[in-house]
Amino acid sequence: MSLYYVQKLIYELNRDPRTRARYEAGRDAVLAEYQLTDEEKGALVKPDIGLLYVLGVNGQLLMHFAALHKIEWPDYLERMRQGLKDHGQVREGVYAATGYEGVEAHDARLKQEREKR
Amino acid sequence: MPLVYCGACSHAPGITARADRADTQTRQALEKAFGRMGDEIRATKPDALVVIAAEHFANFFMNNMPAFAIGMADSYEGPIEDEAFLKIKRTTVPGNKALSRKLIEKVMQTVDVAYAEEWKFDHGISVPLHFLTPDYDLPIIPANINCQGPPLAPLARAWAFGEALRAAADSVPERIALIGTGGISHWPATPDSGKINQAWDQEFLRRWSANDREALLSYTDAETYRDAGQGGFEIRTFIAAAAAARGAKGTVQFCEPVPIFAVSCTIARMAVAA
Repeated sequence: MSLYYVQKLIYELNRDPRTRARYEAGRDAVLAEYQLTDEEKGALVKPDIGLLYVLGVNGQLLMHFAALHKIEWPDYLERMRQGLKDHGQVREGVYAATGYEGVEAHDARLKQEREKR
Repeated sequence: MPLVYCGACSHAPGITARADRADTQTRQALEKAFGRMGDEIRATKPDALVVIAAEHFANFFMNNMPAFAIGMADSYEGPIEDEAFLKIKRTTVPGNKALSRKLIEKVMQTVDVAYAEEWKFDHGISVPLHFLTPDYDLPIIPANINCQGPPLAPLARAWAFGEALRAAADSVPERIALIGTGGISHWPATPDSGKINQAWDQEFLRRWSANDREALLSYTDAETYRDAGQGGFEIRTFIAAAAAARGAKGTVQFCEPVPIFAVSCTIARMAVAA
């Protein structure tokens, strides 16, 4: 496992246009500069947002990495949920899923509470 | 001059990014509360606004992560986020390098703060400024607390940082306003985005408004993670603001849970004498 380097590459792709350009021109050369397992490389290249989430990538990095790949917000959330189904709970870091009723059910509950007030 | 204004507010990117998906009435009430906060800040005639925000990997990474940092430049660019995503136009915001340097030198007397002559704003600063200073006409002094990549500075050090900022603000002739920005309980950028622990938020804000140092510093990170999510680590920014208020009490001017914005949207002010 080398979560640190997965996150570092994502950070540099998110924040540095030159790294992004080099990555687009020759992905393998950039990937070789980081200590990554085959699973991590595969997840980055695809990109498999669900697996990256389960590997423990910090959400403040993964959110922008998803946006970089033109993945819209609801799709980003759905891919993380699918990752949990496919690969099990988050393995490292502080972005584990803890269970949630969902925005729509939550909104409906809050609306009921507001009406009671 | 003694600190002229002290407050705290939310900075969740959903507030602008997903504005159209929230209940209209709630969104308008929040925007009104932000507008009032901006008016109140301007009414104190500040020369600069210190914004204590939380790390989101805009400027720092885990290869070299400062616990505390303050910007030291004459201008800052932001937001870093995709403009179409955040729905805030990227712009240049004025800073004040000389004033930053004076404040940093004073803060350094008690807290080993990092300084940064380059700094990009992310939603932690850009979302509040979008509402508070929409004309970007007030010099901003950005400050940052690592609330993102553990190990995190203990809450008592966040308090010390707030105290140091207060001593620094009081030591310069300029009129300094200060805000902390962050979520309270939230699980941002996870499949649980939208989850809010309303009772926990209310209790935290009660302690904040009472400016009860002991109660504010009594949370352990394990408890915060369990009850308020990893986003809850951002209470450090509120705690620093409370310390900067130096015993003054606070008022929560707005607090409503908005799941699509992923937080209890909050606007609060400490009664520092201006």
